[in-house]
Amino acid sequence: MLEQLARLGRVGIAILAHIGRGNILLFHILGGITDLATRPGLLIRQLYSVGVLSMLIISVSGTFVGMVLALQGHYTLSQFGAEQSLGVMVAASLVRELGPVVTALLFAGRAGSALTAEIGLMKATEQLSGLEMMAVDPIKRILTPRFLAGFISMPLLAGMFSALGILGGYFVGVGLLGVDDGAFWSQMQAKIDLHEDIYNGVIKSFVFGWVCTWIALFQGYEAVPTSEGVSRATTRTVVHSSLAVLGMDFILTALMFGG
Amino acid sequence: MVGAFIAAGLVALFFLSMKVSNLSTMSGGEGYPVDARFDNIGSLKVRSPVTMAGVRVGRVSDIGFDSETYEAVVTMSIDSRYDTIPDDTFAKILTAGLLGEQYIGLDPGGSEQYLKTGDQIQLTQSALVLEEIIGQFLFSKAEEGSNSE
Amino acid sequence: MTSDTDPLVKIRGLRFFRGERAIFDGVDIDIPRGKITAIMGPSGSGKTTLLKLIGGQLRPQAGSVEVDGQNIHRLSRRALYRLRIRMGMLFQSGALLTDISVFDNVAYPLREHAPLPSSMIRKLVLLKLESVGLRGARGLMPSELSGGMARRVALARAMALDPMMIMYDEPFTGQDPISLGVLVQLIRALNDASRITSIIVSHDVQETAEIADYIYVISNGRVIDHGSPDAMLKSNAPWTRQFMHGLADGPVPFHYPAPGLEQDLLGT
Repeated sequence: MLEQLARLGRVGIAILAHIGRGNILLFHILGGITDLATRPGLLIRQLYSVGVLSMLIISVSGTFVGMVLALQGHYTLSQFGAEQSLGVMVAASLVRELGPVVTALLFAGRAGSALTAEIGLMKATEQLSGLEMMAVDPIKRILTPRFLAGFISMPLLAGMFSALGILGGYFVGVGLLGVDDGAFWSQMQAKIDLHEDIYNGVIKSFVFGWVCTWIALFQGYEAVPTSEGVSRATTRTVVHSSLAVLGMDFILTALMFGG
Repeated sequence: MVGAFIAAGLVALFFLSMKVSNLSTMSGGEGYPVDARFDNIGSLKVRSPVTMAGVRVGRVSDIGFDSETYEAVVTMSIDSRYDTIPDDTFAKILTAGLLGEQYIGLDPGGSEQYLKTGDQIQLTQSALVLEEIIGQFLFSKAEEGSNSE
Repeated sequence: MTSDTDPLVKIRGLRFFRGERAIFDGVDIDIPRGKITAIMGPSGSGKTTLLKLIGGQLRPQAGSVEVDGQNIHRLSRRALYRLRIRMGMLFQSGALLTDISVFDNVAYPLREHAPLPSSMIRKLVLLKLESVGLRGARGLMPSELSGGMARRVALARAMALDPMMIMYDEPFTGQDPISLGVLVQLIRALNDASRITSIIVSHDVQETAEIADYIYVISNGRVIDHGSPDAMLKSNAPWTRQFMHGLADGPVPFHYPAPGLEQDLLGT
């Protein structure tokens, strides 16, 4: 009994220490941002590998999600004779929820795991120690630009996802299923609110970008520097990021739309 | 490439704000606030539309409660281009369709004075609450029945 | 003030634990200036850890490490980084940044720490690469280099800021005979030419004995023996003899501790 209590305590302490190290790392990463101003090239390179390389999967997924939404929505709405609201339904689901959340999940799988693997391998091959011994702070030089790139990329990617999803929904709804063109857009414009829906969606994706990139970098930085350790860290990144995104999404949705 | 990525992202966000959201239907200029008091506002919400002859002229910007008179105080923001609304205008809370959302309809009066910033609309009609209407209907039917006996 | 006769690195009573396990338990080492000092020991004896302690990447539980008269672990972060500019380290894997070219790797410390015009940096980088014989490889990416070449590039990078000392972490491990010969020669030549203090951590007895001026042998967290390479090779101390000559059995037993064979086989 006492032993189990002690074990519980040890696990608790380990979790707290883990969270603490994550926060210390985040603090250091943020501390490097001023330094980055003199080296914009570093950020641009990371925007390429984090953002540009994720663009394809995000665009394709967004389009298809929008198309599927239109098909499913049309089926349900037509039972109430409310096909006219298809535009609202597609746009609201995308802008409020699916855009930020699905983008974040795909981002965790595409960019987050790549970040973890990259940082973990740099650790395993002593590149981080090497930088440190060259009197270069690896957190500032390696982690900060990646963090910022993730934070900036996520809302842009989520925006593309939603925009292409709406176009995909338009294509299916208006093009294939014969919903009225004008009604599709005008209902959407009447119901989707710039602040309530779009800004909140963008805020969500900023938060998700922050969390996903943070988790990815932390897992990479803490990875056991062996090939097995790196592959485990990569898996953990995807799992932790996905759970964090879904959990945060619930909290954010409750805060934004619940009240 | 990075430039293209950022541009594409911004275009997408711009598309969302301009084409998808109500930014396009919101008039650029600010509105002026006008108050109205209602006994019951039903399910009227902040941002519900305010219309005149079916045309939207503003939106509800705030809903409060006066704890002395037990009335709801609704603040509307009327687009500044509609600055010739008579001050004896009648404000009703209407429902779009049978079960649709509620909005405020304005019926213009005949006054020469126009509503200004911070004015209050005196003539109001509360929301029709379905249960109350049904209750009244049944009550009057019951009364009819007892009278005819 | 420190004079030239003082050792460059002075380690006193160093104790370092990983969890419960003692990696170092009271180690005293002096590294003289301008010489090549080798620290030898079997695998897992914490040699790389020692270099990390000297470089200030790890913190000991007790004891002190002084580099050039400054206690590494009492320095502020800023001062530590300033001191590290004067220390070079050659990692086992080379630790080259994989996403930039050979040229950019060698230029990296210069661009970070020396505000020089790019034409000047170019000249310095080419000179450093020339000294390791890889000027022609400047356009390659690290993934295109062989292990020996990667180590030479890393050496050029470690030399880029003309440090007062270079630490070599297992420089000879896993090299074919030719690149081994090249590395041995390079280390000796660089040391003689620029009066750099070198610390070599290794378990390759032959190559190390060939170029070192002085050898420390560590095992089980303690300094077992130290002296010139000749003295060490001729040493009669049983442990040193076993290590230096690679004998299968000796104070380090061939058998992992186990109950008697008979007892194990008969299952009693």
